[in-house]
Amino acid sequence: MTVTASASEARPPLQRWLAIWGLALAAVLVLFLLQDSLSWAVNYPAGAIVPVADWVSALMGWIKSNLSWLTRSITAVLGVPLDFALNLLAKNFKIGHGADAFVLPRLSWVGVCAAAFLAGYAAGGRRLGMLVGGCFLYIALFGQWTSAMLTLALISIAVPFCILTGLFLGIWAWRKPWAERLIVSPALDLMQTIPTFAYLIPMLLLFGNSPVSAMIATAIFATPPMVRATMLGLSRVPSEIDDFSEMAGCTARQKLWRVLLPSARPTLMVGVNQVIMLALNMVIIASMIGAGGLGYDVLLALRALKVGEAMEAGLAIVALAIALDRLSQAIAHKQAKGNVHRSTSPGLWRRYPNLTLAIAILAVTTLLGLFVPSFAAVPKAITFTTAPLWKAAVNWVTINFFDIIEAFRVALILNVLNPLRAFCEGFPWLGAVFLLGLAGYQLSGLRLAALVAALTAFCAITGLWEKTMATVYLCGISAFIACLIGIPIGLMAARSDRFEKIVTPVIDTLQVLPSFCFIIPVVMLFRVGDVTAMIATVAFAVVPAIRYTNHGVRQVPPALIEAAKVSGCTPRQTFFRVQLPLALPEIMLGVNQTILMALAMIIICAMVGTRDLGQEVFIALSKADSGRGIVAGLAIAFIGIVADRLFNAWTAKARARLG
Amino acid sequence: MTEAIEQASHATGKDPRPIKLACRNVWKLFGADAANFIRERDGKASTADIAAAGLVGAVRAVDLEILEGEIFIIMGLSGSGKSTLVRCMSRLVEPSHGKVEFEGKDLLKISDAALIELRRHRMGMVFQNFALLPHLNVLDNIAFPLSIQGQDRSTREARAREVIELVSLGGREHFYPRELSGGQQQRVGIARSLATKPEIWFLDEPFSALDPLIRREMQDELMRLQTMLHKTIVFITHDFDEAIRLADRIAIMKDGEVIQIGTPEELVVNPATDYVAEFTRDVDRAKVISARSLMRACDSAEHGGTVAPEAKISSFSASIVAAGKPFAVVNGTGKPIGEVTPQAVIDLLAGIERPGT
Repeated sequence: MTVTASASEARPPLQRWLAIWGLALAAVLVLFLLQDSLSWAVNYPAGAIVPVADWVSALMGWIKSNLSWLTRSITAVLGVPLDFALNLLAKNFKIGHGADAFVLPRLSWVGVCAAAFLAGYAAGGRRLGMLVGGCFLYIALFGQWTSAMLTLALISIAVPFCILTGLFLGIWAWRKPWAERLIVSPALDLMQTIPTFAYLIPMLLLFGNSPVSAMIATAIFATPPMVRATMLGLSRVPSEIDDFSEMAGCTARQKLWRVLLPSARPTLMVGVNQVIMLALNMVIIASMIGAGGLGYDVLLALRALKVGEAMEAGLAIVALAIALDRLSQAIAHKQAKGNVHRSTSPGLWRRYPNLTLAIAILAVTTLLGLFVPSFAAVPKAITFTTAPLWKAAVNWVTINFFDIIEAFRVALILNVLNPLRAFCEGFPWLGAVFLLGLAGYQLSGLRLAALVAALTAFCAITGLWEKTMATVYLCGISAFIACLIGIPIGLMAARSDRFEKIVTPVIDTLQVLPSFCFIIPVVMLFRVGDVTAMIATVAFAVVPAIRYTNHGVRQVPPALIEAAKVSGCTPRQTFFRVQLPLALPEIMLGVNQTILMALAMIIICAMVGTRDLGQEVFIALSKADSGRGIVAGLAIAFIGIVADRLFNAWTAKARARLG
Repeated sequence: MTEAIEQASHATGKDPRPIKLACRNVWKLFGADAANFIRERDGKASTADIAAAGLVGAVRAVDLEILEGEIFIIMGLSGSGKSTLVRCMSRLVEPSHGKVEFEGKDLLKISDAALIELRRHRMGMVFQNFALLPHLNVLDNIAFPLSIQGQDRSTREARAREVIELVSLGGREHFYPRELSGGQQQRVGIARSLATKPEIWFLDEPFSALDPLIRREMQDELMRLQTMLHKTIVFITHDFDEAIRLADRIAIMKDGEVIQIGTPEELVVNPATDYVAEFTRDVDRAKVISARSLMRACDSAEHGGTVAPEAKISSFSASIVAAGKPFAVVNGTGKPIGEVTPQAVIDLLAGIERPGT
C-alpha cells in the first residue's frame, strides 16, 4: 500500500510534463491548421520585420568611412611580416622595379622538404619525419607547390599572432574573473558559433580583398582555442605549485612567466595544435577574400566544375593538414611527456643538431637555386598531375552508374528531403519560439527559456524565418544521419579493440581535413544541390558522434562492469543495462558536437547551391552587403547556441541524475 | 582552550629559547564578509554564531608560540584546519583576524615587498605533493628560488650543488622530476627549500604521499638534517606516530581549534580531552614516557642501576626487568631524585592501570 502510494507520488512531475507537452504540441498544431486566419503567427508578417540588417550596414558604413585611417594603418603594419613570409616561401623577393629588378629567390623547395623531414624527425623520430617530408614532397611533385606555400605563409604569420593574442587574453581572463564572465566567455562562444563565412564580410569591407584581410579573419577565427587553453592550463596548475611560487618570493610577474605558464605548457601546446588546424581551415575558406593559395585553386575549380583540378588541390590541402597536425601534435606530446635529462650541456650546434642542419640545407639549396633552376622551382618534368585520372574516374562512374546514383538522388529528394523541407519551412515561428522556450524551461529554468526564446525570435523578426528553417532542416537531417551512422560505429569500436584500432586513424584524419575537402568528391558524384550538401555534411560531422560514443562507453568505471559481471549479467545485459545508460551523457555531448559541426558545414555547402542562411551569407559576400551577411551569420550562430544550450542543459541534468 | 595556553606558557617558562613565530587569536573564516564578522565580535565567536552567519570556520582562535630551533608539529585529521593554519603563518592565506608574529613583528602588517623579502630569505616550505616545476631539472629546480632573487648562475648553482649533496642526491642533477621516485622528488623539494638557508621551515605533510618504508627513511633523514641545521620547524601531519617520532611539541587540532599543545609525553600522560586520548591510545607508551613520569619517591635501599629523568622507559625496560630491582633516577649532578620499580615498568608495558602509581 505504502509502496504504491510513494510510487504514484513520485510520478506526477513526469506525467505533468507529458501533459504539458501534449497540450503545447496540440496548440501548435491548432496554430498550423488555422494558418489562414492566424497567418501572422505562422509566417512572420513582412511589415513588422525589424531592419537590423540596414542598421548593421549603416554602422559598418560609418566605420568604413570614419575609421579608414585605422584600417589602412592596420593593413600596412600587418602587411609587412605577411609580405615577407609570402616572398620567402612563395613569391621571391623583388628589389627595385621593372626589368632591372634584382630578384632574391624564395626558399628552395628541396630545402623546405628537407627541413620538413628534419622537423618531423626531431619531434617524433624517423617515421614522423618520413610522413611530414613525404607530405611536402607530394605537394611539390603534384604541382601544387606555389599555392601550398602561399597558404603556409599565411598560416605561419597568422598562427604566432593568434598564439600571442590568445595567451594574453587568456591570462587577462584568468586574472580577472569578471572579465572572463562578462567579456571573454560570451565572445568566445560567439566567435566559435558564427560561421566562418560571416567573418569574411566585415573583413572584406574594412580591409579590402587582400591577404591581410584573410589573415585577420583567420586570426579571429583561430584565436579562441588558445584563449581557452591558456585559461584551462593556468587554472589546472596545482595549487601547491602556486603556493610554492609565493613562498619562493616570486613577484607577480615572475610567478606568471617563470612558474605558472611553464607548468601549464602541455595544455598550452594542445591549444597551439588547435590554433594551427583552425588557421589552416580558415585560410582555405578565406581564399574567397583574397587569401589565394590552395583554397583559391579549389574555389576556381569548383566554380568551373573542374572536379579533377579541385580534387588535386583538395588532396594537397589534405597533405598539408596531415603534416601540420602530426607535427604539432608530436611536439605537444613531447612537451607533455616532459624533458629527459642530458648529462652535459653542449653548444648550440650540438644541442639543436636538426635545427642547424635544416637551416644549413635551406641556405645551400636556396643559393644553388640561383644557378640551378630545378632547385628554385619544381621542374615540370618531374611533376605529374592526376586531374585527368580523376576526371576519367568520374566519367566512368557517371557513365556506368548514372542511373543508380540519379535514382538514389531523386528518391532521396522526393521522399525525404522535400517533404521535410516543406514541413520545416511551414512551421509556425510562434510555435517554435514557444516549444523551444518550454524545453528550455523544463531543462534548466526561466533564464534558459528566455534566452532560447529570444534567440529564436531574433531569426523571425529579422525576416529570415524561412531561410532559418531551411538551415535547420538540412542541418537536422544531416546531423540525424551522422548520428545514425556514427553512434553504432562508436558502440562497435567501444566493444572491440581491433575495430577501434581501425576506426581511430580514420576519424583522426577526417577531423584534420578542412571542411572544403569534403565537398569535392561528393560534388563529383552528385553534382550540386541539397543531396550533395547533406552527404558532405554527414561525412564531416560524423567524427564526434563516433569519438564521444566510443569514449563514453569506455570510460564507464571497470569496477561497475565487474560488479555487473559478478551479479550474473550476460555481456549483452552488461552492455545495455550498465555501460550504455552510464555512457549516455557523453554520447549526448557527441550528438551536440555533431549538430554544431553539421551547422558549420551546411553553411559552407552554400557553395554547392543550397537555399538557406548559408546562401544568404554567400550572396551577401559576393555583393559585399555587410548588414545582410552579418545578420544571417548571427541567425546561424543563434541556431547553434540554442541547440548547444539545450543539449548542455539536458546533459547536465542527466549527469546530475547519475551522480 | 585556556588549558592549552597555560601549557604553552608553562613550556616557554622553563625554556630559555626565544619565540620565533607566534599566533595570537588567529581566525580564518570562509564566506562573505568574514573579516568584518569576526572584527565586530572582537575576535570571539562561537560555533553556533559562525554557522548562523553562513560562514565556515577553518581556523578558530588559535594561540600558539613556536620556539627557535624546535620541531613543532601541528597534528590533526583532514579538514581540521591544519593546512590553513600553516598557510596563515606564512600568509599564503590571509587570516581573517588576529596576529601572526615573526620574531615579535606582526606579519600581517608588513608590506608586500617586505613579505617577499621575508619569504625569499627567511622562510622555506616543503609540500605534500612536492610542487616541483616539471620543466626544470633537479639542479634548476633547486636553484630556482635563488634565481628568483637574481643571483647569478655560478653562485646559485654552487649553492644548489651543496644542498644536493646534503640530501644525498649527487649524480641526479640533470634528471627531470618525472624521472625520479617519490622519495627522491621530496628530497629535491627539501633541498630546494633549504637552498635559501631559511630560518623557519614549514613542512606541509611532506611524507604523506610516500610509501610507509620510504616515509620512515625520510623521517630519519629529517632528524639527521635537523641535528646539523637546527632550523625552527613547523611540521604538519595527520599521522600521530610520525608526530611522536619527530616532535619536540605537538599541537592537536580539531575543527579549526587547537585542543592541546604539549610534548608527546604530556599528551600521552595528560590528554586534555577524550579526542586526544583516542589518538594516544595505540601509542607505544614505553617509547614516549620518560623515567621522570614513572618515578616515585625513593623508598628502596637497593637499586639495580641509574637512569636520567629524560630517559624513555623503552631504553631501559629490558635491563630493569632482568635486574628485578628498582632503578634510581638521578639528575645531572648524580643526585637521586626518585626511583622506578620493575613492576611499574611491567604495568606500563602490559597496559595495566593501577591506582596510586
